[in-house]
Amino acid sequence: MRRVYLDNSATTRVDGEVVAAMLPYLTDNFGNASSTHFWGQQARQAIEDARRRVAGCLNANPGEIVFVSGGTESDNLAIKGVAEAYAEKGRHLITTRFEHSAVVNSCADLESRGWQVTYLPVYSEGIVRIEDLRAALTDNTVLVSVMHANNEIGTIQPIGEISRVIRERREAGQNHLFLHTDAVQTVGKIPVDVQDLGVDLLSCSSHKFNGPKGCGVLYVRRGVRLHKQLHGGHHERDLRSGTENVAQIVGLARALELATADLPARMEHCRRLRDRLESTLLAEVPYIRVNGDPSRRVPGVTNINFDFVEGEGLQISLDLKGIAVSTGSACSSGATEPSHVLVALGLDAETGRGTIRFSFGRDNDEEDVDQVVRVLPELVGKLRQLSPRAREIFAREIAESAVGRHV
Amino acid sequence: MYSARVLEHLENPRHIGEVVGATVRGESFNPVCGDRMTITLRIDDGVIHEACFLVDGCPPSIAAGSVLTGLLIGLPVAEATRLTPRRISTELDGLPRNKEHCAILAIDGLRSALAALPADKRPGQPVEDRVVD
Repeated sequence: MRRVYLDNSATTRVDGEVVAAMLPYLTDNFGNASSTHFWGQQARQAIEDARRRVAGCLNANPGEIVFVSGGTESDNLAIKGVAEAYAEKGRHLITTRFEHSAVVNSCADLESRGWQVTYLPVYSEGIVRIEDLRAALTDNTVLVSVMHANNEIGTIQPIGEISRVIRERREAGQNHLFLHTDAVQTVGKIPVDVQDLGVDLLSCSSHKFNGPKGCGVLYVRRGVRLHKQLHGGHHERDLRSGTENVAQIVGLARALELATADLPARMEHCRRLRDRLESTLLAEVPYIRVNGDPSRRVPGVTNINFDFVEGEGLQISLDLKGIAVSTGSACSSGATEPSHVLVALGLDAETGRGTIRFSFGRDNDEEDVDQVVRVLPELVGKLRQLSPRAREIFAREIAESAVGRHV
Repeated sequence: MYSARVLEHLENPRHIGEVVGATVRGESFNPVCGDRMTITLRIDDGVIHEACFLVDGCPPSIAAGSVLTGLLIGLPVAEATRLTPRRISTELDGLPRNKEHCAILAIDGLRSALAALPADKRPGQPVEDRVVD
Protein backbone atom coordinates (compact mmCIF):
# COMPACT_ATOMS: atom_id res chain seq x y z
CA MET A 1 0.00 0.00 0.00
CA ARG A 2 1.25 3.47 -0.87
CA ARG A 3 1.51 5.42 2.39
CA VAL A 4 0.87 9.14 2.66
CA TYR A 5 2.18 11.13 5.61
CA LEU A 6 0.13 14.27 6.24
CA ASP A 7 1.02 14.82 9.88
CA ASN A 8 4.04 17.10 9.50
CA SER A 9 2.84 19.34 12.34
CA ALA A 10 3.34 16.35 14.65
CA THR A 11 6.81 15.53 13.43
CA THR A 12 8.89 15.31 10.26
CA ARG A 13 11.33 12.91 8.63
CA VAL A 14 14.97 13.64 9.48
CA ASP A 15 16.76 14.93 6.39
CA GLY A 16 19.52 12.61 5.06
CA GLU A 17 22.02 15.48 5.07
CA VAL A 18 21.16 16.12 8.71
CA VAL A 19 21.82 12.49 9.61
CA ALA A 20 25.17 12.67 7.82
CA ALA A 21 26.12 15.81 9.74
CA MET A 22 25.21 14.16 13.05
CA LEU A 23 26.92 10.80 12.56
CA PRO A 24 30.53 11.83 13.35
CA TYR A 25 29.32 13.08 16.76
CA LEU A 26 27.83 9.69 17.54
CA THR A 27 31.02 7.87 16.55
CA ASP A 28 34.55 9.33 16.40
CA ASN A 29 33.85 12.80 17.83
CA PHE A 30 32.31 11.60 21.05
CA GLY A 31 33.86 14.13 23.42
CA ASN A 32 32.16 15.94 26.29
CA ALA A 33 32.07 19.62 25.34
CA SER A 34 33.04 20.58 28.89
CA SER A 35 36.36 18.70 28.65
CA THR A 36 39.47 20.70 27.89
CA HIS A 37 41.25 17.98 25.86
CA PHE A 38 41.20 17.39 22.10
CA TRP A 39 37.93 15.39 22.05
CA GLY A 40 36.15 17.84 24.31
CA GLN A 41 37.27 20.84 22.30
CA GLN A 42 36.16 19.19 19.09
CA ALA A 43 32.66 18.85 20.58
CA ARG A 44 32.77 22.41 21.94
CA GLN A 45 33.68 23.75 18.55
CA ALA A 46 30.81 21.86 16.92
CA ILE A 47 28.30 23.28 19.43
CA GLU A 48 29.53 26.85 19.09
CA ASP A 49 29.51 26.52 15.32
CA ALA A 50 25.90 25.23 15.51
CA ARG A 51 24.99 28.14 17.79
CA ARG A 52 26.34 30.66 15.27
CA ARG A 53 24.41 29.01 12.46
CA VAL A 54 21.15 28.91 14.41
CA ALA A 55 21.61 32.53 15.48
CA GLY A 56 22.16 33.45 11.84
CA CYS A 57 18.91 31.78 10.76
CA LEU A 58 16.88 33.55 13.47
CA ASN A 59 18.74 36.91 13.20
CA ALA A 60 19.92 36.62 16.80
CA ASN A 61 23.34 36.82 18.46
CA PRO A 62 25.00 33.45 19.18
CA GLY A 63 25.10 34.34 22.88
CA GLU A 64 21.29 34.52 22.89
CA ILE A 65 20.80 30.89 21.77
CA VAL A 66 20.29 28.23 24.47
CA PHE A 67 20.13 24.59 23.41
CA VAL A 68 17.53 22.52 25.26
CA SER A 69 15.81 19.15 24.86
CA GLY A 70 12.88 20.37 22.75
CA GLY A 71 9.86 22.64 22.59
CA THR A 72 8.44 21.58 25.94
CA GLU A 73 11.61 22.34 27.87
CA SER A 74 12.04 25.57 25.95
CA ASP A 75 8.53 26.77 26.90
CA ASN A 76 8.99 25.68 30.52
CA LEU A 77 12.32 27.48 30.85
CA ALA A 78 10.99 30.66 29.24
CA ILE A 79 7.76 30.93 31.22
CA LYS A 80 8.74 29.63 34.64
CA GLY A 81 12.25 31.04 34.22
CA VAL A 82 11.03 34.61 33.69
CA ALA A 83 8.19 34.35 36.23
CA GLU A 84 10.51 33.13 38.97
CA ALA A 85 13.35 35.51 38.11
CA TYR A 86 11.06 38.57 38.24
CA ALA A 87 8.66 37.41 40.96
CA GLU A 88 9.45 40.46 43.09
CA LYS A 89 8.44 42.75 40.19
CA GLY A 90 5.03 41.22 39.62
CA ARG A 91 3.20 37.92 39.54
CA HIS A 92 0.92 38.30 36.56
CA LEU A 93 1.24 36.57 33.18
CA ILE A 94 -0.83 36.80 30.01
CA THR A 95 -1.22 34.00 27.49
CA THR A 96 -3.97 32.68 25.19
CA ARG A 97 -6.63 30.03 25.48
CA PHE A 98 -5.17 27.84 22.77
CA GLU A 99 -1.49 27.47 23.58
CA HIS A 100 0.37 24.17 23.42
CA SER A 101 0.10 22.13 26.61
CA ALA A 102 3.75 22.96 27.44
CA VAL A 103 2.69 26.59 27.85
CA VAL A 104 -0.73 25.84 29.37
CA ASN A 105 0.71 23.53 32.00
CA SER A 106 3.69 25.76 32.80
CA CYS A 107 1.16 28.54 33.49
CA ALA A 108 -1.01 26.15 35.52
CA ASP A 109 2.00 25.26 37.65
CA LEU A 110 2.68 28.94 38.29
CA GLU A 111 -1.00 29.53 39.15
CA SER A 112 -0.82 26.75 41.73
CA ARG A 113 2.11 28.62 43.29
CA GLY A 114 0.41 32.00 43.56
CA TRP A 115 0.88 33.64 40.14
CA GLN A 116 -2.11 35.03 38.26
CA VAL A 117 -2.59 34.18 34.60
CA THR A 118 -4.95 35.85 32.11
CA TYR A 119 -5.97 33.72 29.12
CA LEU A 120 -6.84 35.84 26.09
CA PRO A 121 -9.72 34.71 23.84
CA VAL A 122 -8.96 33.85 20.22
CA TYR A 123 -12.50 33.93 18.73
CA SER A 124 -13.70 31.81 15.80
CA GLU A 125 -10.88 33.11 13.58
CA GLY A 126 -8.25 31.75 15.98
CA ILE A 127 -6.36 35.04 16.36
CA VAL A 128 -5.79 37.12 19.50
CA ARG A 129 -6.96 40.73 19.44
CA ILE A 130 -4.69 43.56 20.45
CA GLU A 131 -7.46 45.38 22.38
CA ASP A 132 -7.86 42.29 24.61
CA LEU A 133 -4.12 42.31 25.29
CA ARG A 134 -4.15 46.02 26.15
CA ALA A 135 -7.06 45.47 28.54
CA ALA A 136 -5.33 42.54 30.24
CA LEU A 137 -1.95 44.22 30.86
CA THR A 138 -1.38 45.45 34.41
CA ASP A 139 1.55 46.98 36.27
CA ASN A 140 2.19 43.52 37.71
CA THR A 141 2.45 41.77 34.35
CA VAL A 142 5.94 40.38 33.79
CA LEU A 143 5.38 38.07 30.82
CA VAL A 144 3.17 37.81 27.76
CA SER A 145 3.40 34.42 26.03
CA VAL A 146 1.56 34.07 22.71
CA MET A 147 2.30 31.28 20.27
CA HIS A 148 3.52 32.30 16.83
CA ALA A 149 1.21 29.85 15.02
CA ASN A 150 -1.28 27.46 16.50
CA ASN A 151 -0.39 23.78 16.28
CA GLU A 152 -3.87 22.50 15.42
CA ILE A 153 -5.27 25.12 13.06
CA GLY A 154 -2.10 26.93 11.94
CA THR A 155 -3.33 30.50 12.47
CA ILE A 156 -0.51 33.04 12.79
CA GLN A 157 -0.67 35.46 15.71
CA PRO A 158 0.17 39.18 15.39
CA ILE A 159 3.42 38.94 17.35
CA GLY A 160 4.86 42.11 15.81
CA GLU A 161 1.84 44.15 16.93
CA ILE A 162 1.95 42.55 20.37
CA SER A 163 5.62 43.48 20.72
CA ARG A 164 4.81 47.11 19.89
CA VAL A 165 2.27 47.20 22.72
CA ILE A 166 4.88 45.73 25.07
CA ARG A 167 7.43 48.30 23.92
CA GLU A 168 4.97 51.15 24.64
CA ARG A 169 4.56 49.87 28.22
CA ARG A 170 8.32 49.61 28.62
CA GLU A 171 8.81 53.14 27.34
CA ALA A 172 6.23 54.24 29.89
CA GLY A 173 8.43 52.74 32.62
CA GLN A 174 7.36 49.08 32.95
CA ASN A 175 10.88 47.72 32.42
CA HIS A 176 10.23 44.19 33.61
CA LEU A 177 7.70 43.14 31.00
CA PHE A 178 8.77 40.51 28.47
CA LEU A 179 7.34 38.79 25.40
CA HIS A 180 7.74 35.06 24.72
CA THR A 181 6.50 33.21 21.67
CA ASP A 182 6.23 29.47 21.15
CA ALA A 183 7.42 29.29 17.54
CA VAL A 184 7.52 25.50 17.37
CA GLN A 185 5.09 25.50 14.42
CA THR A 186 6.73 28.33 12.49
CA VAL A 187 10.52 28.03 12.66
CA GLY A 188 11.57 26.32 9.44
CA LYS A 189 8.03 26.79 8.03
CA ILE A 190 7.73 30.56 7.58
CA PRO A 191 10.29 33.38 8.04
CA VAL A 192 11.11 33.87 11.72
CA ASP A 193 13.29 36.85 12.62
CA VAL A 194 13.51 37.68 16.31
CA GLN A 195 14.29 41.34 15.55
CA ASP A 196 11.30 41.75 13.24
CA LEU A 197 9.02 39.97 15.69
CA GLY A 198 10.41 42.02 18.58
CA VAL A 199 10.29 39.10 21.01
CA ASP A 200 12.42 38.64 24.12
CA LEU A 201 12.14 34.86 24.17
CA LEU A 202 11.33 32.35 21.44
CA SER A 203 10.98 28.57 21.56
CA CYS A 204 11.46 26.10 18.75
CA SER A 205 11.93 22.38 18.24
CA SER A 206 14.23 20.57 15.83
CA HIS A 207 11.98 17.67 14.80
CA LYS A 208 9.36 20.00 13.34
CA PHE A 209 11.78 21.06 10.55
CA ASN A 210 13.35 17.75 9.52
CA GLY A 211 15.84 17.67 12.38
CA PRO A 212 16.23 15.06 15.12
CA LYS A 213 13.86 14.69 18.08
CA GLY A 214 15.09 15.58 21.57
CA CYS A 215 16.57 18.96 20.71
CA GLY A 216 15.27 22.51 20.72
CA VAL A 217 16.23 26.11 21.19
CA LEU A 218 15.30 28.89 23.53
CA TYR A 219 16.24 32.31 22.22
CA VAL A 220 16.80 34.66 25.17
CA ARG A 221 17.39 38.31 24.33
CA ARG A 222 20.48 39.70 26.05
CA GLY A 223 19.54 41.30 29.36
CA VAL A 224 16.58 39.01 30.11
CA ARG A 225 17.13 37.04 33.33
CA LEU A 226 15.85 33.49 33.80
CA HIS A 227 15.62 31.33 36.89
CA LYS A 228 17.12 28.01 35.79
CA GLN A 229 14.87 24.95 35.90
CA LEU A 230 17.48 22.16 35.75
CA HIS A 231 20.17 22.36 38.37
CA GLY A 232 23.64 20.92 37.86
CA GLY A 233 26.69 22.17 36.03
CA HIS A 234 27.12 25.56 34.42
CA HIS A 235 26.20 24.57 30.87
CA GLU A 236 24.50 26.87 28.36
CA ARG A 237 25.33 30.18 30.08
CA ASP A 238 24.31 28.53 33.35
CA LEU A 239 20.69 28.47 32.14
CA ARG A 240 20.42 24.76 31.35
CA SER A 241 22.53 22.20 33.16
CA GLY A 242 23.35 18.90 31.51
CA THR A 243 26.04 17.61 29.16
CA GLU A 244 25.27 19.02 25.72
CA ASN A 245 23.75 16.59 23.23
CA VAL A 246 26.31 17.36 20.55
CA ALA A 247 24.97 15.23 17.69
CA GLN A 248 21.41 16.54 18.15
CA ILE A 249 22.59 20.14 18.34
CA VAL A 250 24.64 19.73 15.15
CA GLY A 251 21.62 18.09 13.47
CA LEU A 252 19.27 20.86 14.58
CA ALA A 253 21.55 23.55 13.17
CA ARG A 254 21.96 21.76 9.83
CA ALA A 255 18.22 21.13 9.53
CA LEU A 256 17.42 24.78 10.27
CA GLU A 257 19.97 25.97 7.72
CA LEU A 258 18.51 23.68 5.06
CA ALA A 259 14.93 24.75 5.86
CA THR A 260 15.85 28.44 5.90
CA ALA A 261 17.72 28.28 2.60
CA ASP A 262 14.80 26.53 0.95
CA LEU A 263 12.04 28.44 2.73
CA PRO A 264 10.23 30.29 -0.11
CA ALA A 265 10.10 27.13 -2.24
CA ARG A 266 8.91 24.95 0.68
CA MET A 267 6.23 27.46 1.62
CA GLU A 268 4.91 27.66 -1.92
CA HIS A 269 5.00 23.87 -2.28
CA CYS A 270 3.06 23.29 0.94
CA ARG A 271 0.58 26.07 0.22
CA ARG A 272 -0.19 24.70 -3.24
CA LEU A 273 -0.81 21.16 -1.95
CA ARG A 274 -2.86 22.37 1.03
CA ASP A 275 -5.02 24.64 -1.14
CA ARG A 276 -5.57 21.91 -3.70
CA LEU A 277 -6.72 19.49 -1.02
CA GLU A 278 -8.91 22.07 0.69
CA SER A 279 -10.65 23.34 -2.44
CA THR A 280 -11.32 19.82 -3.76
CA LEU A 281 -12.76 18.60 -0.46
CA LEU A 282 -14.88 21.73 0.00
CA ALA A 283 -16.31 21.18 -3.48
CA GLU A 284 -16.92 17.45 -3.12
CA VAL A 285 -17.92 16.82 0.49
CA PRO A 286 -21.01 18.52 1.93
CA TYR A 287 -21.19 19.68 5.56
CA ILE A 288 -17.51 20.48 6.05
CA ARG A 289 -15.73 23.71 6.92
CA VAL A 290 -12.23 24.97 7.60
CA ASN A 291 -11.47 26.04 11.17
CA GLY A 292 -9.66 29.33 11.80
CA ASP A 293 -8.99 32.33 9.57
CA PRO A 294 -7.91 30.84 6.23
CA SER A 295 -6.04 33.99 5.19
CA ARG A 296 -3.66 34.05 8.17
CA ARG A 297 -2.24 30.53 8.42
CA VAL A 298 1.07 28.74 8.00
CA PRO A 299 1.12 27.37 4.45
CA GLY A 300 1.00 23.62 5.06
CA VAL A 301 -1.84 23.22 7.56
CA THR A 302 -5.58 22.87 7.25
CA ASN A 303 -7.98 21.87 9.99
CA ILE A 304 -11.31 20.67 8.65
CA ASN A 305 -14.51 19.94 10.45
CA PHE A 306 -16.66 17.07 9.10
CA ASP A 307 -20.20 17.19 10.46
CA PHE A 308 -21.84 13.89 11.55
CA VAL A 309 -18.49 12.09 11.70
CA GLU A 310 -16.44 11.23 14.76
CA GLY A 311 -12.84 12.36 14.29
CA GLU A 312 -11.13 9.24 15.52
CA GLY A 313 -13.29 7.04 13.29
CA LEU A 314 -12.27 9.06 10.24
CA GLN A 315 -8.62 9.28 11.28
CA ILE A 316 -8.33 5.52 11.76
CA SER A 317 -10.31 4.80 8.59
CA LEU A 318 -7.84 7.00 6.69
CA ASP A 319 -4.93 5.23 8.37
CA LEU A 320 -6.30 1.89 7.18
CA LYS A 321 -6.11 3.35 3.66
CA GLY A 322 -2.49 4.41 4.22
CA ILE A 323 -3.13 8.09 5.03
CA ALA A 324 -1.73 9.50 8.29
CA VAL A 325 -3.45 12.59 9.72
CA SER A 326 -4.43 13.68 13.20
CA THR A 327 -7.72 14.45 14.91
CA GLY A 328 -8.59 17.25 17.29
CA SER A 329 -10.95 15.13 19.31
CA ALA A 330 -10.29 11.81 20.92
CA CYS A 331 -12.70 9.90 23.06
CA SER A 332 -11.02 8.60 26.19
CA SER A 333 -12.18 7.63 29.66
CA GLY A 334 -15.72 8.00 28.41
CA ALA A 335 -15.32 11.66 27.55
CA THR A 336 -15.09 12.92 23.99
CA GLU A 337 -13.79 16.39 24.47
CA PRO A 338 -12.88 18.54 21.53
CA SER A 339 -9.33 19.77 22.10
CA HIS A 340 -8.93 22.99 24.11
CA VAL A 341 -7.98 24.64 20.82
CA LEU A 342 -11.35 23.82 19.21
CA VAL A 343 -13.16 24.87 22.40
CA ALA A 344 -11.28 28.19 22.27
CA LEU A 345 -12.63 28.71 18.73
CA GLY A 346 -16.14 28.33 20.15
CA LEU A 347 -16.89 24.89 18.71
CA ASP A 348 -19.38 22.95 20.81
CA ALA A 349 -18.78 19.32 21.75
CA GLU A 350 -21.01 17.99 18.97
CA THR A 351 -19.43 20.09 16.21
CA GLY A 352 -15.89 19.56 17.44
CA ARG A 353 -16.21 15.76 17.25
CA GLY A 354 -15.28 15.46 13.59
CA THR A 355 -12.12 17.48 13.22
CA ILE A 356 -9.10 16.41 11.17
CA ARG A 357 -5.77 18.21 10.73
CA PHE A 358 -3.86 17.69 7.49
CA SER A 359 -0.30 19.05 7.66
CA PHE A 360 2.00 19.05 4.64
CA GLY A 361 5.77 18.98 4.43
CA ARG A 362 8.40 19.20 1.75
CA ASP A 363 8.24 15.44 1.02
CA ASN A 364 4.55 15.49 0.01
CA ASP A 365 3.47 15.66 -3.61
CA GLU A 366 0.32 15.99 -5.69
CA GLU A 367 -0.21 12.25 -5.76
CA ASP A 368 -0.60 12.41 -1.97
CA VAL A 369 -3.42 14.93 -2.34
CA ASP A 370 -5.02 12.82 -5.07
CA GLN A 371 -4.92 9.74 -2.86
CA VAL A 372 -6.75 11.59 -0.08
CA VAL A 373 -9.30 12.99 -2.51
CA ARG A 374 -9.89 9.51 -3.94
CA VAL A 375 -10.72 7.86 -0.62
CA LEU A 376 -11.90 10.51 1.82
CA PRO A 377 -15.32 11.45 0.40
CA GLU A 378 -16.31 7.78 0.34
CA LEU A 379 -15.08 7.19 3.90
CA VAL A 380 -17.00 10.23 5.15
CA GLY A 381 -20.12 9.00 3.35
CA LYS A 382 -19.72 5.55 4.87
CA LEU A 383 -19.33 6.89 8.40
CA ARG A 384 -22.31 9.20 7.92
CA GLN A 385 -24.37 6.16 6.89
CA LEU A 386 -23.87 4.94 10.45
CA SER A 387 -24.99 8.17 12.06
CA PRO A 388 -28.61 8.44 13.27
CA ARG A 389 -28.19 12.23 13.43
CA ALA A 390 -26.99 12.46 9.83
CA ARG A 391 -29.86 10.23 8.64
CA GLU A 392 -32.44 12.42 10.38
CA ILE A 393 -31.07 15.61 8.87
CA PHE A 394 -30.55 14.20 5.37
CA ALA A 395 -34.06 12.66 5.38
CA ARG A 396 -35.53 16.04 6.39
CA GLU A 397 -33.58 17.78 3.62
CA ILE A 398 -34.77 15.31 1.01
CA ALA A 399 -38.35 15.72 2.22
CA GLU A 400 -38.09 19.52 2.20
CA SER A 401 -36.57 19.62 -1.28
CA ALA A 402 -39.37 17.31 -2.51
CA VAL A 403 -41.96 19.69 -1.01
CA GLY A 404 -40.14 22.57 -2.66
CA ARG A 405 -40.36 20.93 -6.06
CA HIS A 406 -44.12 20.46 -5.76
CA VAL A 407 -44.62 24.10 -4.82
CA MET B 1 -4.21 0.63 19.96
CA TYR B 2 -7.24 -1.36 18.73
CA SER B 3 -7.43 -5.08 17.93
CA ALA B 4 -7.50 -6.21 14.30
CA ARG B 5 -11.11 -7.25 14.88
CA VAL B 6 -12.18 -3.74 15.97
CA LEU B 7 -10.50 -2.30 12.87
CA GLU B 8 -12.12 -4.91 10.65
CA HIS B 9 -15.59 -3.98 11.97
CA LEU B 10 -14.75 -0.28 11.52
CA GLU B 11 -13.92 -0.91 7.86
CA ASN B 12 -16.84 -3.27 7.27
CA PRO B 13 -19.58 -2.65 9.80
CA ARG B 14 -22.44 -5.18 9.57
CA HIS B 15 -26.20 -4.67 9.94
CA ILE B 16 -26.24 -0.90 9.54
CA GLY B 17 -29.55 0.93 9.51
CA GLU B 18 -32.99 0.22 10.88
CA VAL B 19 -34.95 -3.02 10.55
CA VAL B 20 -38.02 -2.43 8.37
CA GLY B 21 -41.09 -3.39 10.37
CA ALA B 22 -39.06 -3.71 13.57
CA THR B 23 -40.75 -5.24 16.60
CA VAL B 24 -38.81 -3.03 19.00
CA ARG B 25 -36.43 -0.11 18.94
CA GLY B 26 -33.94 0.88 21.64
CA GLU B 27 -31.66 3.83 22.16
CA SER B 28 -28.66 4.38 24.35
CA PHE B 29 -26.68 7.51 25.00
CA ASN B 30 -23.50 8.22 26.86
CA PRO B 31 -23.96 11.82 28.03
CA VAL B 32 -20.27 12.15 28.87
CA CYS B 33 -18.77 11.18 25.53
CA GLY B 34 -21.80 12.03 23.40
CA ASP B 35 -21.96 8.60 21.71
CA ARG B 36 -25.49 7.57 20.72
CA MET B 37 -26.70 4.15 19.48
CA THR B 38 -29.98 2.94 18.04
CA ILE B 39 -30.86 -0.77 17.93
CA THR B 40 -33.87 -2.15 16.05
CA LEU B 41 -34.97 -5.80 16.23
CA ARG B 42 -37.56 -8.01 14.55
CA ILE B 43 -38.67 -10.70 16.98
CA ASP B 44 -40.95 -13.63 16.16
CA ASP B 45 -41.85 -16.41 18.57
CA GLY B 46 -39.29 -15.28 21.12
CA VAL B 47 -36.41 -15.32 18.62
CA ILE B 48 -34.55 -12.32 17.16
CA HIS B 49 -34.65 -12.70 13.38
CA GLU B 50 -33.25 -9.34 12.34
CA ALA B 51 -31.06 -6.78 14.12
CA CYS B 52 -29.65 -3.47 12.93
CA PHE B 53 -27.78 -0.60 14.56
CA LEU B 54 -26.86 3.04 13.97
CA VAL B 55 -24.28 4.96 15.96
CA ASP B 56 -22.74 8.39 16.37
CA GLY B 57 -19.53 7.24 17.95
CA CYS B 58 -15.89 6.27 17.86
CA PRO B 59 -14.38 3.10 16.28
CA PRO B 60 -15.02 0.78 19.26
CA SER B 61 -18.65 1.95 19.44
CA ILE B 62 -19.09 1.14 15.75
CA ALA B 63 -17.41 -2.25 16.25
CA ALA B 64 -19.54 -2.95 19.34
CA GLY B 65 -22.79 -2.26 17.46
CA SER B 66 -21.65 -4.36 14.54
CA VAL B 67 -20.58 -7.34 16.63
CA LEU B 68 -23.65 -7.15 18.89
CA THR B 69 -26.14 -7.21 16.03
CA GLY B 70 -24.26 -10.18 14.56
CA LEU B 71 -24.61 -12.05 17.86
CA LEU B 72 -28.30 -11.23 18.13
CA ILE B 73 -29.52 -12.61 14.83
CA GLY B 74 -31.04 -16.03 15.49
CA LEU B 75 -30.76 -15.66 19.25
CA PRO B 76 -33.75 -16.35 21.56
CA VAL B 77 -34.74 -13.22 23.50
CA ALA B 78 -34.09 -15.07 26.76
CA GLU B 79 -30.45 -15.50 25.76
CA ALA B 80 -30.13 -11.96 24.42
CA THR B 81 -31.02 -10.59 27.86
CA ARG B 82 -27.99 -12.39 29.24
CA LEU B 83 -25.47 -10.73 26.89
CA THR B 84 -23.01 -8.52 28.75
CA PRO B 85 -20.54 -5.77 27.86
CA ARG B 86 -17.81 -8.27 28.72
CA ARG B 87 -19.04 -10.59 25.97
CA ILE B 88 -18.91 -7.74 23.43
CA SER B 89 -15.41 -6.84 24.52
CA THR B 90 -14.32 -10.49 24.26
CA GLU B 91 -15.79 -10.82 20.77
CA LEU B 92 -13.69 -7.81 19.77
CA ASP B 93 -10.51 -9.37 21.23
CA GLY B 94 -10.58 -6.80 24.03
CA LEU B 95 -11.04 -3.05 24.18
CA PRO B 96 -8.64 -0.52 25.69
CA ARG B 97 -9.65 0.19 29.30
CA ASN B 98 -10.75 3.75 28.48
CA LYS B 99 -13.01 2.42 25.69
CA GLU B 100 -14.93 -0.18 27.66
CA HIS B 101 -17.89 2.20 27.80
CA CYS B 102 -18.42 1.49 24.08
CA ALA B 103 -19.39 -2.12 24.89
CA ILE B 104 -21.70 -0.79 27.62
CA LEU B 105 -23.32 1.59 25.10
CA ALA B 106 -24.18 -1.35 22.81
CA ILE B 107 -25.61 -3.50 25.62
CA ASP B 108 -27.58 -0.52 26.96
CA GLY B 109 -29.07 -0.10 23.47
CA LEU B 110 -30.04 -3.78 23.40
CA ARG B 111 -31.61 -3.61 26.86
CA SER B 112 -33.51 -0.49 25.91
CA ALA B 113 -34.94 -2.36 22.89
CA LEU B 114 -35.87 -5.46 24.89
CA ALA B 115 -37.51 -3.31 27.57
CA ALA B 116 -39.89 -2.11 24.85
CA LEU B 117 -41.30 -5.62 24.47
CA PRO B 118 -44.76 -6.15 25.99
CA ALA B 119 -44.42 -7.53 29.52
CA ASP B 120 -45.71 -10.99 28.57
CA LYS B 121 -43.02 -11.30 25.85
CA ARG B 122 -40.17 -10.39 28.20
CA PRO B 123 -38.33 -13.31 29.68
CA GLY B 124 -37.34 -11.46 32.86
CA GLN B 125 -35.25 -8.48 33.91
CA PRO B 126 -31.92 -7.95 32.14
CA VAL B 127 -28.88 -9.06 34.05
CA GLU B 128 -27.39 -6.11 35.94
CA ASP B 129 -23.87 -6.64 34.68
CA ARG B 130 -22.14 -3.50 33.55
CA VAL B 131 -18.63 -4.62 34.45
CA VAL B 132 -16.43 -5.44 31.52
CA ASP B 133 -12.96 -6.18 32.90
